[in-house]
Amino acid sequence: MKRLLAHPSLAIGLSATCIFALLGLVSLVWTPFPITEIDIGRRFLAPTAEHWLGTDNLGRDMVSLLMSGTLTSFSVALLAVVIGVGVGVPLGLAAVAWGGWVEWLVLRLSDFVFAFPAVIVAILITTLVGPGAINAIVAIGIFNIPVFARVARGGALSIATLDFVAAARLAGLSNARIALRHLLPNIMSLIIVQGTIQMSLGILSEAGLSYIGLGTQPPETSLGLMLRDAQSLFLIHPLLSIIPGLCIVAIVIALNIAGDGLRDAIDPRLRQGPRNVLA
Amino acid sequence: MSLLDVRDLVVRFGDVVAVNSIDLTLDSGERLGIIGESGSGKTLTALAITDLLPEGATRAGRISIDGAPTPTTERAMARLRGKRIGMVFQEPMTALNPLMRINDQIAEAINLNCLHASAQIDTPQLLAEVGLEQKHGDRYAHQLSGGQRQRAMIAMALASQPDILIADEPTSALDLITQRKVLSLIVEICARRRMALLFISHDLKAVAQVCSRVAVMHKGRIVETGSVSNVLGAPKEDYTRRLIAASRFDVSTHQQHSVGAPLLEVEGLTRDYRQRNAFLLAGKPLRAVDNVHFTIGTGEVLALVGPSGCGKTTLAKIIVGLDTATAGSVRFAGQSYRGRDLPKALRRDISLVFQDPFSSFDPRLTIGNSLAEPLHLETGLDRAQTPARLAEAVSAVGLDPAMLDRYPHEFSGGQRQRLAIARALVTRPRLLVLDEPVSALDVSVRGEVLDLLARLRAQFGLTYLIISHDLDMVAAMADRVLVMQAGKIVEEGRPSAIFSQPQHQLTQDLVAARLPELG
Repeated sequence: MKRLLAHPSLAIGLSATCIFALLGLVSLVWTPFPITEIDIGRRFLAPTAEHWLGTDNLGRDMVSLLMSGTLTSFSVALLAVVIGVGVGVPLGLAAVAWGGWVEWLVLRLSDFVFAFPAVIVAILITTLVGPGAINAIVAIGIFNIPVFARVARGGALSIATLDFVAAARLAGLSNARIALRHLLPNIMSLIIVQGTIQMSLGILSEAGLSYIGLGTQPPETSLGLMLRDAQSLFLIHPLLSIIPGLCIVAIVIALNIAGDGLRDAIDPRLRQGPRNVLA
Repeated sequence: MSLLDVRDLVVRFGDVVAVNSIDLTLDSGERLGIIGESGSGKTLTALAITDLLPEGATRAGRISIDGAPTPTTERAMARLRGKRIGMVFQEPMTALNPLMRINDQIAEAINLNCLHASAQIDTPQLLAEVGLEQKHGDRYAHQLSGGQRQRAMIAMALASQPDILIADEPTSALDLITQRKVLSLIVEICARRRMALLFISHDLKAVAQVCSRVAVMHKGRIVETGSVSNVLGAPKEDYTRRLIAASRFDVSTHQQHSVGAPLLEVEGLTRDYRQRNAFLLAGKPLRAVDNVHFTIGTGEVLALVGPSGCGKTTLAKIIVGLDTATAGSVRFAGQSYRGRDLPKALRRDISLVFQDPFSSFDPRLTIGNSLAEPLHLETGLDRAQTPARLAEAVSAVGLDPAMLDRYPHEFSGGQRQRLAIARALVTRPRLLVLDEPVSALDVSVRGEVLDLLARLRAQFGLTYLIISHDLDMVAAMADRVLVMQAGKIVEEGRPSAIFSQPQHQLTQDLVAARLPELG
């Protein structure tokens, strides 16, 4: 843990991410004002002592919206990453452990999914079952699957050529056990790093999907939805767009910095350094 | 005044002192060898001289060339390196740019460093000097063999007509015959150009062959230095004596064992690899193993020797069940198989010890977990017996069972190879296939590992199939030798007979390429 925090970018990125995540989590139990409470009388308020960031076109408190929206963005992106890891990593490992036609199938499948951006998948789902946060999760999750499958396969390929995998085969271990016991632990760091990067991409995608009306639906809120509500009022009340916009930018930057730091800290391929020279 | 003068050189990684206050001098035309085990700091010394130390290393001390201290700015140092110091590295594949033709890489070195030379005239001359043909210059690195790549590297190092050539283990990635040729080439060029040579190696015989003076490094210090005949012939320091003793393979327990009934019979084994040409059509298959027949008797030590790429590792993989033969079959204890279809009941009887002790253990598992893996093959084994079996295997290779809870990175190369042997022994096999069991190890621990193998053979009545290109090791260990070339067995016999009267051309070349014994 000490070694991880020795990387300044990781410490900064991780703590900024944690602050946003905490902000979102707090909204589950407490927000300054309930976000469903509409009060036209106090709409378009500038920042005051009571409403720190003012109120929106329906008189809802911006701080409360922001907290709740951050939670939605985080949970959508996180669940999408869980779907991606849960399906993609086993596929990638299977491709390496079995090889042959399994590998061919996994690669073609991921090529196929890669061909459709998340938006297209989201439109498809929306036409089938209607819009909603769940659909955004599924759409982004499907988009994440081939990414993780490729990362897992790439990492596992280089591990699979090492002698200890051959030793495990000699010891009579099945392909599945080799994948689970030897390949997975050795590519874990790659997957964690990719996970943070996909988190930030997921938050962007969620904002994008909500912005075009395919993601989160009112009365729930998300950062993308706040942007959508504020877009027609940008010239009159710019703060309503700028605040959620800056919030998205800050979260994405924090996650990217944390991802880069994590890569520096735990990716074994970047950590070899002096070992080769001393040998 | 010496050409190169190093005084009080210290290299540190943080608090760790890797090179501890060493003094070196190199006169023009002199050939100095630095020998030592891995981690003794010999490579770091060379890198410190050229100011190419890795990040995190700091250097102190004085280094002067022709009496002038080396410049401190990176730019001036780069000019100096280009003009006066040539370097040849250990692994020529990674030292050459894969996207540039050899000619262009040599021309680049000429254009960067010689104002009045013309690359068009000099490049062919350099190629000829290192024994390459003109057509090789038009190729890329991957189209050359290991020896040719190393020759190309030497041509690049010579391009600027340096005064000093630094060669860091230039032949340890090459096979025996190529090694001998490259060593002679280096000696010949140094003599012709009156160039000083700093030759870094852990191979005492190579150093004895190439150098006139030698420095022995141990734990970052130079423990002994002097002329080759003095230091290697009559060593003063205890450490040097131990190194020299270790470089001779006197396997003490070696004696003739009685050879029993055939244990393994290989019958007409052939392995083709499909190659695809540019149109994705099936091309002519590459035949790695070509109609090989041999038998190993119970309790025998059979050695398979041959140059790299002759198919010996493929053969071993088929025997242990990691690869499947295209034609032919293997018979083990009466049961016939073709490779991967090796019956599960037989798998525990055949074990493989890998060449590289660093990649043969999963870094994320404890040694105990890795060692216990082959016990899955024993279906009748009670879980409660596992620790006892592991302790038995680890004690057999001379290590402490308490080490089972540690992780692979906590062990040295020699210890890891012992543990790899322990893993191979844990199922109490009958046949042990050893793929270059000591070639990745330091000279100083090779003897120990071979002694261990000889002792285990006597103790458990094991049968060995040793795959190697190291004739000295084979001569010390084997009862019978097979020589393999391009997938075929070309000669067979007792080691003493084969090495004194080689019949086949390849065997003659191999025997001739042996470096002479020390002293």
